[in-house]
Amino acid sequence: MYDYTAGKADWLAHNQPVEGEHANLATAGRVARQDVVTCRLDDRVGSVRERIERSPYGFGLVTTEGGVLLGRLRRSALDCDPGLPAGDVMEPGPTTVRADERAGKLAQRLADRGWHWAIVSTPEGRLIGVAGREELERAESQQG
Amino acid sequence: MATSIGLGELEEMRARGAQIVEVLPEREYREGHIPGAINLPIKQLTADTATVLDRNRPVVVYCWDSL
Repeated sequence: MYDYTAGKADWLAHNQPVEGEHANLATAGRVARQDVVTCRLDDRVGSVRERIERSPYGFGLVTTEGGVLLGRLRRSALDCDPGLPAGDVMEPGPTTVRADERAGKLAQRLADRGWHWAIVSTPEGRLIGVAGREELERAESQQG
Repeated sequence: MATSIGLGELEEMRARGAQIVEVLPEREYREGHIPGAINLPIKQLTADTATVLDRNRPVVVYCWDSL
C-alpha cells in the first residue's frame, strides 16, 4: 500500500488532468500559455531583449535548466549593456500563482492590482506558463 | 503501514497499472479525481468495500492533502 501524501491538492497544483464534473473548470493552469520567453541566468541581455521584442509579452522569465523560475526581466530593464548576464538585471522571485486557481478569481485579483499577466508555477516553483487577464476572463465567461 | 510517495512516483505507478484510490467523500470524488481513480470513502472503508481492489496490484491511496 502506498500513500500519495500530498494528495489531490498537490495533483491539481501541478496542473495535472482530472476526471469528473470539474474536469474542464477554467483555471490558471488551463489558460496558461508556454510561449513566454525564458532564458538562463548567464544568457546575455542583448539576445534576450531581441527575443522579448519578437514575443507578445513585455517581459521574459529566467529559469534554471530544469524550469524552476528564478526571476523576471522587464523589457525596460534590458536597455543596458547587451553583454550583461540576464541574472544581473532580473527581478528575483516574482509573484506566482498555482495552476488550480479559478480563472475568474485570478482575473479579478489581477484587475484589482492593474496587472495583465500572472505567472503560473508548481508548488516547487517550476514554471507552468503565463496567464493573461483577458484570457482568464474569457475562459471564466465561457464556463457559464 | 503505507509507504509515502510523491507525484513522480505516483505517475510511474499509474503507468505500471497501480490501483489509485481516492478516500474522500463521494461528492468530492464526483467533482474531480485523478484519472482512473476509484472512490472508497474512508468512512465507508471496510473489508467488504475493499474487495473491489485487486490484491495482486499495488494500491495508491490519496486524500486532499498531507494535513
